[in-house]
Amino acid sequence: MSAPHDRAARLLNAAGWLALRSAGIVALLVGWEVAAKSGAVTTFVLPPLSLVLERIWGDAVSGELWLNTGLTLYRALVGFAIAALGGIVLGVAMSRNVAVNWLFDPIISVGFPMPKIAFLPVVILWLGLYDVAKISMVVLDAIFPVVTATVIGIRGVERELIWSARNMGASNREVMWQVVLPAALPQILTGLQVALPIALIVTIVAEMMMGGYGLGGAMMSASRFAQSPGVFAGIVEIAVVGFVLVKGMALIRRRALAWHPEAMEPSTV
Amino acid sequence: MMVPRAQARVMTALSRALPLVLLALLWEAAARFEWVSASALPPLSDVVRAWVDMIASGELVTNGLASLWRAGAGLALSIVVGAALGIAMAWWRPVNALLNPLVELFYPVPKSALIPVTVIWLGFGDGSKILLIFLGCMIPITIGAYNGARSSDRALVWSARSMGASRARMLLDVVVPSALPELLNGIRTALALAFILLVSSELIVARAGFGYLIGFLGANGSYDAMYAVVLTVAFLGFAADRLYQMFMNWMLQWREQAT
Repeated sequence: MSAPHDRAARLLNAAGWLALRSAGIVALLVGWEVAAKSGAVTTFVLPPLSLVLERIWGDAVSGELWLNTGLTLYRALVGFAIAALGGIVLGVAMSRNVAVNWLFDPIISVGFPMPKIAFLPVVILWLGLYDVAKISMVVLDAIFPVVTATVIGIRGVERELIWSARNMGASNREVMWQVVLPAALPQILTGLQVALPIALIVTIVAEMMMGGYGLGGAMMSASRFAQSPGVFAGIVEIAVVGFVLVKGMALIRRRALAWHPEAMEPSTV
Repeated sequence: MMVPRAQARVMTALSRALPLVLLALLWEAAARFEWVSASALPPLSDVVRAWVDMIASGELVTNGLASLWRAGAGLALSIVVGAALGIAMAWWRPVNALLNPLVELFYPVPKSALIPVTVIWLGFGDGSKILLIFLGCMIPITIGAYNGARSSDRALVWSARSMGASRARMLLDVVVPSALPELLNGIRTALALAFILLVSSELIVARAGFGYLIGFLGANGSYDAMYAVVLTVAFLGFAADRLYQMFMNWMLQWREQAT
């Protein structure tokens, strides 16, 4: 008898939670617009959201937005790809070869917690201000979490898996490609998920420091000419790029680990 | 029995330090024999001498203190606010419904994008750096506290409740201690992030601090001094992480013994 009533109550309840969940974001956007229009702060300190969106639209029409976004993405992703490949290769080499491990282990464990961004002026000194310098800085920063995760992942592979593969006549190469790397994949992907945001942060800082095109560079030149809508537009654009890349990486992880028990668990981020 | 073990430990430490010593020797040789230009890579011994000079003149100390104050203040604020937010999100469902979408939205944003905005708001001085570090470090701490507090043992919560513990007592005695390991991990991420944001913002706009000093010395062509500051910052970042790890292990051990 009370079933329809219950369902209505549950629907109302769900709608309430949904409203609450969107309330934070809506309040932020509306609050931004209202605070900026109220005259309590100057347009320089906080340009209205509508003005910032107008600016982004203008940049999109003139094509500048796509040029800057494309360049930033290119630098971040090429740097990330090199760091990913190099990091995995070095991690595999370190876990297979004692001498390589002896040489690199101290360097990696001392270098990982260092703020490598402090080396940016050194990289500029050596490589100049163009893409090679920017991408090198990204690689220098993003490679450490990948190496560390690969080494930890491979070390954690169960011996029984490797022994049984050997017993069944697998060669070294087959063991590596078909047993060790897939078993270490969750750890390696975690390392890549740490490295990707680092690659983005470093790309933006390098662009701000070295100038030229790119989202970071565009923000810096807007700030130099005291065009605060341009600065806030930069934040929104960089936020969207970061959000899409990080969510995309999480999606790739779920695809790549569809066979792994982890994929059955609810994910947090 | 003890002596050989101690000897073995010293040998392992030496063997681990050897690659770093080799790297330093390679640096000195590359600069001395001019395999690379001396302006691109001054000899390590010159860098050490420049470091001693800057310590003696107080230049490195005053700028270093300015930087450490900014990083410390920003990080302290983010720990207080971030931990409170994370635990509140795990404790009250409406707070979680309200804030979780915002945390998810801001988590992937590259925090360095905020550098020019904090300058617009608070100028070139300490305030803008402290705000940047506070905003950047808060999210990993919030997420750590939230995940930790959320995973607190249901059975513990229920038994505490059935024994008549008040909500405030339960929060302090059950939820906060169980949030501790993940919270401490979040703070470790934040510590590394604080150094990155500090140096980046000081390199881009500042009138004092490590980053400012690096940029100033580089522009003047005093590369040996510039390298000295870069290595100092790198070492401080490394040392801070190691010290924090020791503190974290001590805290967790202490927690094990207390329960």
